[in-house]
Amino acid sequence: MSYLADVAALTRKDLRVELRAQDTLPAMLLFVFSTLVVFHFALPEGTGEDAAYGLLWVAIVFTALLGLARAWVPEQEHGVFDALVLAPCDRSAIWVGKTLATLAFLLAAQVVALPAFALFFAPLDAVALVGVLLADIGICAVGSLLAAMAAAGRARELLLPLLLLPLASPLIVGGVGAAISTEPGRYLLLLALYDGIFAVLSWASFEYVVTES
Amino acid sequence: MSSAFSWIRALPALAALSAGLMGLALLFSFFIAPEDGDQGISQRIFYIHVPIALTAYFCFGLGAWKALLLLWRGEERHDLESYVAIHQGTIFGSLTLITGAIWAKASWGVWWSWDSNQLVLFLTLFLFYCAYFMLRFSLPEGPRRARSSAVYALFGVALIPVSFLAIRLAEDFVHPTTFTRDGPQMTGTMFTAFCVSWAAVTLLAYVLYRVELVGKRLHTDLRELREALE
Amino acid sequence: MTGEEYVAAAYAIVFVFVLVYVATIAAKLVRLQRDTAELLELARRREQA
Repeated sequence: MSYLADVAALTRKDLRVELRAQDTLPAMLLFVFSTLVVFHFALPEGTGEDAAYGLLWVAIVFTALLGLARAWVPEQEHGVFDALVLAPCDRSAIWVGKTLATLAFLLAAQVVALPAFALFFAPLDAVALVGVLLADIGICAVGSLLAAMAAAGRARELLLPLLLLPLASPLIVGGVGAAISTEPGRYLLLLALYDGIFAVLSWASFEYVVTES
Repeated sequence: MSSAFSWIRALPALAALSAGLMGLALLFSFFIAPEDGDQGISQRIFYIHVPIALTAYFCFGLGAWKALLLLWRGEERHDLESYVAIHQGTIFGSLTLITGAIWAKASWGVWWSWDSNQLVLFLTLFLFYCAYFMLRFSLPEGPRRARSSAVYALFGVALIPVSFLAIRLAEDFVHPTTFTRDGPQMTGTMFTAFCVSWAAVTLLAYVLYRVELVGKRLHTDLRELREALE
Repeated sequence: MTGEEYVAAAYAIVFVFVLVYVATIAAKLVRLQRDTAELLELARRREQA
């Protein structure tokens, strides 16, 4: 059970760092609200609800990108990355910890943003919310891995969206479908499948991305 | 270690075979296969477009296989092989999009259709592999770059079935599905023409992949030789 | 454009891609030849020394 203990410790560390520094979560919240305001101006008079759902997903993805871009920064700023990798825990636990922490931030931002969206743009039913949750898991899972990849190189803020957006597109298909379609079950199944496949892949390959040999 | 050179004697023969198969494929596509009742002559683009699309997938698959070998066995040569395969894949991918657009214009009157999920998802995969090069160019050369590229290449291949599932789940009425669950929806001669064309394009891609690899390995070997002499 | 012209365009583009490939291989060959010539020069100088 020490694997779970390691994960818990790592997640707790990230959450604590954020609670003290408070730079990522407020930025995400502000970003998602500003985006909603921009939507109001961007959506012309008389557009249906469907367009609003589409834009919601754009907002979710870009808010997640904002959070992910900062995901590994605390480690890099203080040179902790190498120390973490050398730590006597399974490297994949680092990934799990980071994913859970990023997921926590994203959910926290959405807990505020989604009701605001439902109030001002279009209603969100339970199915749509399940879709959002499943997609969040997927975005954070692959996003943490891709952010770790990008962190080793130059222009990492530019690189992360390029890497994430194509990979995240099935999530957007699933999420929007779940919100709009009359048969959302298929889309939720797609999201669950994506999460299953890519979470396992990310978990298994994190080790290879952060080590040299 | 340039193990590609052990294959090099086979390369001209493979290239000649590729040329011959391509000639046969063109013969089939233009002279032997009957004309399609619905689309007329523009249906013949099918014989080059679909094999190119399938070959793009094949190249991405080859790239992912080499990537897996790199992660599994740790032999450095697999990194270059994976890179070259994915490079081929993007070239054939862009050809797929171009020939597809021409076919679209011929049959539907538009160069592109956002309504067709199959188009959009191929575009997504294409963009995914374009980003592969961005990743590679931003990381410094070394085992870290090789491994990150390999993991990314594998993710691309995992993306393919998930994307296809997304296509099937969301209805698609625009892009013609010639291969349904009941089997190919075309006559025997058309199917033969298609298969010959598919074999020709796949072999062409493989020959180009080998040629590219030889060139790159020569370059590395010469660099090593230079360091030994200086 | 007629149907035939579209088919011709599609196959022509494939042909052009392959020819561009030939051009890049040619450029690479030139570079390789130059590198080999330099290395040959280095080897000869070594032999004389």
